[in-house]
Parts: sequence; structure tokens; C-alpha cells
Amino acid sequence: MATQEKKSLPLEFEQPLVLLAQQIEALEKQLQETHNPELDEDLKRLHEQYGNLKRSLYSNLRPIDHLALARHPQRPYTRDYFERFDPNWLELHGDRKGADDPAMVCGLLNINGVKILAIGTQKGRSLRDKQHCNFGMPQPEGYRKALRFFQHAEKFALPVVTLIDTPGAYPGMAAEEHNQAEAIAVNLRELSGLTVPVIAIVTGEGGSGGALGIGVANRILMLEHSVYSVISPEGCASILWRSADKVAEACNAMKMTAKEIQALGIVDEVVEEPLGGAHHDYDLVAKNLGKALVKHIKELSKLSRADLRKDRQNKFRKIGAFVEAK
Amino acid sequence: MDLKEWFANRQKRQEYAQVKQPLTTEEYCALWTQCFQCRELLYTRDLRVSLYVCPKCQYHFRIGAEERIEQLADPDTFVEIDANLISSDPLGFVDSEPYPVRQKEASKKSGLKEAIITGTMKINDLPVAIGFMDFGHFGGSMGSVVGEKVTRLIEHAQSKSLPVIIISSSGGARMQEGILSLMQLAKTSSALKSFHDAGLLYISILSEPTFGGVTASFAMLGDIIIAEPGARVGFAGRRVIEQTIRQKLPADFQTAEYLLKHGQVDMVIERAKMRDILAKLIVFHGAHDKRENHSSIQHEKSKNKSESTLSSR
Ligand SMILES: [Zn+2]
Repeated sequence: MATQEKKSLPLEFEQPLVLLAQQIEALEKQLQETHNPELDEDLKRLHEQYGNLKRSLYSNLRPIDHLALARHPQRPYTRDYFERFDPNWLELHGDRKGADDPAMVCGLLNINGVKILAIGTQKGRSLRDKQHCNFGMPQPEGYRKALRFFQHAEKFALPVVTLIDTPGAYPGMAAEEHNQAEAIAVNLRELSGLTVPVIAIVTGEGGSGGALGIGVANRILMLEHSVYSVISPEGCASILWRSADKVAEACNAMKMTAKEIQALGIVDEVVEEPLGGAHHDYDLVAKNLGKALVKHIKELSKLSRADLRKDRQNKFRKIGAFVEAK
Repeated sequence: MDLKEWFANRQKRQEYAQVKQPLTTEEYCALWTQCFQCRELLYTRDLRVSLYVCPKCQYHFRIGAEERIEQLADPDTFVEIDANLISSDPLGFVDSEPYPVRQKEASKKSGLKEAIITGTMKINDLPVAIGFMDFGHFGGSMGSVVGEKVTRLIEHAQSKSLPVIIISSSGGARMQEGILSLMQLAKTSSALKSFHDAGLLYISILSEPTFGGVTASFAMLGDIIIAEPGARVGFAGRRVIEQTIRQKLPADFQTAEYLLKHGQVDMVIERAKMRDILAKLIVFHGAHDKRENHSSIQHEKSKNKSESTLSSR
């Protein structure tokens, strides 16, 4: 247990666990040297305490803790899932207009006999990789690349599965000149009109329009510790609180955790993560996620193609909270 | 105005005429407006006549829904729809103040219930479904009500085969409704998909300023996109971009003229010409008489079909 903690980078709210793990480690060392049977008892008790503390920590996470887990540097990324969904997956490239955005990964996957067209935003692991993927922030070309594959899926009647993990669409000069807003808007419109099943899964950060740009789906799933919001909590804090220190308040106010968004009727299923977060067991998360999405595809495949479009359009048509005065 | 009203007004007019005290500083300032661009002092009453465009430098002042209706609609033809939709507070959102308090403040300031007014009217005798966003109300932000009103406007237009015009002016999605605001991007774009497939005309007008979620949904989906001179339009705000790329952006970045140069809008049209351009576009696309037009296309199609079956024999 403690050894696993060492491998993963602890988050701020996990500090009590780290301290306890250090105690356990010290005791284990002592035990090796002295072979004192009393220490054995202590060690057992500490292990028990560790388990309890961990469970209680994770059952009382604040929204900002979920945010930290969603952004954990060791969190599995889109390629990690694709590889586990289908070790023989085939990557396809390019928007056919002059670019291939590495922040948007697309490919043909076969998950236990179910063929899908998978699209996802990709963050990088190493610094070089991060820069290459622009920290998971697609350019307009990335959204147009995704659009090309939406249309491909439509032509060949393939279900579309999108994995969302992005701080947002890239706010850069060229991105504006190449019309980031239009690239996203067109995706929203065209996704809504597809006549194949579309499943969107928020695996990490669901950052605003940049996330929604591949997120107009029949079913929306979220991993337990993922977040989805209209603006980054940092952006929200600086605009509404005029202070960068109010990120925790912004996280609370925006209702951005998986459970809260499910309660608002937008998310259809929250997929559980291993205790401590997805980064503790890539294989298990990928297995759970794969199972969930195959289940939803099979359910949706019972609908006619026209009804798939209607189902998706109805889902979004109903979203909104307002009063209609007489 | 009936006679009784006229007399009542006369009474008021007389009362007003009797008070002849020197103007307070505030009243005096209200008489004059300084042009933001050329600094010229303009007589406020003249500004209304010049459509809130500076006669000296052509600077287009930011205006609200009411002024837009007055400028674009044939007199007395505007009929508002869905005026009774009011925001609720689905998240119980509190920053320095609760969202409902902010809503009340916004309404007090703008005199509006929400950041968009929708309805039907005529432009040069041509019927249209039209939405006017108002930046003066809550920064023109899109929450559930704006999303719903835009969606209903599009659906209404589709059921009546009317062209849709939306004049956008917005800081983006409304943060106080969280993810529900974000989803309005999808809702409005989805409505436009059906509208688009029905072969109907949608003209989007971008006015100062249009950003974020509104740009990334219905504002950028026009069959024709028109921008007002000088209007700033974009996805991300200038400051955010400058912080991200750590360099200064050109002065004209994200202006209507810059957008035109980069292929993002069809034209930049000054306010005085807007009505006539809109009318021309509607007539050119046959959008004023869509039903008849539809049947003639279908007629054309069936004719082609029979011809092709003939030739294949
Ligand atoms: Zn001027």
C-alpha cells in the first residue's frame, strides 16, 4: 500500500497520507532490524489506520481536490486509454486542409468486437511531449480534424466515442486568425446532426467550449474525479472574485464535479475510479470505461439512424433552467 | 394616443415648461457625448439621428436592443416573443453577491429582463424572425434564458419559413449558471442544424463586442456573417491571449476589419446601410417567400428526376 503511494506524486490534500506512509516505512525498517513482535502489532494498526484515512479522505473530497486529481500529472491520457481499449488501434491523421493537430488524436478501434471511431484530446507526459501536444489545447485545425472524422463515421455508420481531457481550446493569435470560434461552432452543429451513436467521456478536465467542441453526444459519461466547467476555475476566480486565490470558491460555486453535473441531469453515468484516482491503476480504469461505453453503444444501436439524431438533439434541447412567467 | 392621454401629457408638458432652472452638471453632461475614438463632443440628441455613429470619424457607439429595433424595424412591426422567460438560480451561485441579486441589479441598470430580445418584424416590408442581444444587460452573457430564447426563435422561424437574423453582442457564456450555460452553445447550434437542413436563411450580425460562447456557437454559424465597423469579435479575449503567448497583439487584432481580412466575415457594413443590405440579402436568397420558392425547387428536382430516369432508359 505504502509503496504504491511512493510511486504516485501526492497531492496537497493527500499530505496526511504521506506522513502516515513515512511512519509505516520507518517502522518497517525498524522491524527488519530488531524483529520486535510488539512493533508487528503497531505496524498492523498503522496499516489499518492508513486504509481508513485514505477511504475517509476520498469520500470527503472538495471540488478543488477533484480538480487536482483531474489534472494529476500521472493521470491516464487519451492514448493510454486507446492502447488499452484496443492494442491494435489504428491512428489516422490530419484535417486534409494543411494541418495535423497533435492535441487531437483520432483512430479506428475495436473494443471486444465493437468497432468505433475514437477521437480525443491529448495532453503530453514529458515536457517535450506536453509542448508538442500544446498541453492538450487544440487549435482550430484540431477541431476541423475531428470534424473530418465525425463525417467519416457518419459515412461508414461507425459509433463515435470522444475522450475529453483539455484545459480548453487554445487562446493564441493564430488560433483566432484561423477562427477557433467557428471551428468549435461548426462541430457543435454537425455533431448534433449525426445519425450514428455518439458517446462523450470526460476523463480529466472538461474545459469549456474546447471540451464541448467534441462533446455533443447521445450519452455523456464522466470519470469519478473528472471536472467539467463553463470556464476554468482560475478564470472564474479572477473575473468574479478578482483574485487568483479564490480558485477553491470558484470550484465550489460552479458545480463542476462529476456527481454535481450528474445531479443537473447532464451526465448520464459517472464511472468509478480506483481508490486514490485513475493514476493508481490505468488498466482497471480503462477496463471500466471500455465496459461502460460498449454498454451505451449497444443500447443506442437499437435506435434507428434518424432516432439517434433526434435522441441527441432532444437531450440538449431540454437543458436549461428558467422560469416561464404567465 | 387618445384625447385623454394627450391632455394629461399637456398638463405635464406645462409643468415641465414652468421649471426653468439652470441645468445641473449631470444634466449638462447628459446633453453631450464624447466620441471614444476622435474625442469630439457630440450633441446626444443628434447621435440618435445619426444611428449612434460619430459623424466625424464614423465610430460606431455600442447600442442596446431598443435602439437596434428602432433602427432596423419598419415602424410598429416588431412583435416580441418569449418575453416572459426569466432566469432562475439553478446552482445557488454566490460570489461577492448571490446571482439573483446580480440579476436584479442588471435589470435595474438595463431595463431588460434578459440579455436578448427576440421577436418578429418587417425590414423594408420583408418579414423576419430576429434576435437583439444587449451587452448592457449582464454583459450580454448567455445563460439558460438567452439559449432558450435563441432556440425558440430559430424553431419559430423554421415553423413559419422565415429568415433568422441575430445581432450578437456578448462577453460569452454566463458563469453564474455554470455548465448549464455551456450547454446552451450546443442547444442553439443544434437548433441551427435543423434550420440549416430546412434550407432557410440565417444572417448573423456581429457587433461590439462578441466573444466566447456566443461566438463559438450561433454567432459564427450564419449563412451570411456581417460585422459592424470596429466591432471586436473573437473566441478568447485579448488579455487572455496576450498572457498566454507573452507578446503584444496588433492594435487592430480581432476587429471587424481584421476578421474580414482573415476570411471570417462576409462583409463589414456600417449602420446606415444595414437595413438595405439585409433586405437585399433576404430577397436575393428568396427567403422572403420561402414557401413558394421551396415548391419551385421541388418542382425543378422532380423534373430532373424524370429526365434522368428517361435518359437512363
Ligand atoms: Zn468620432
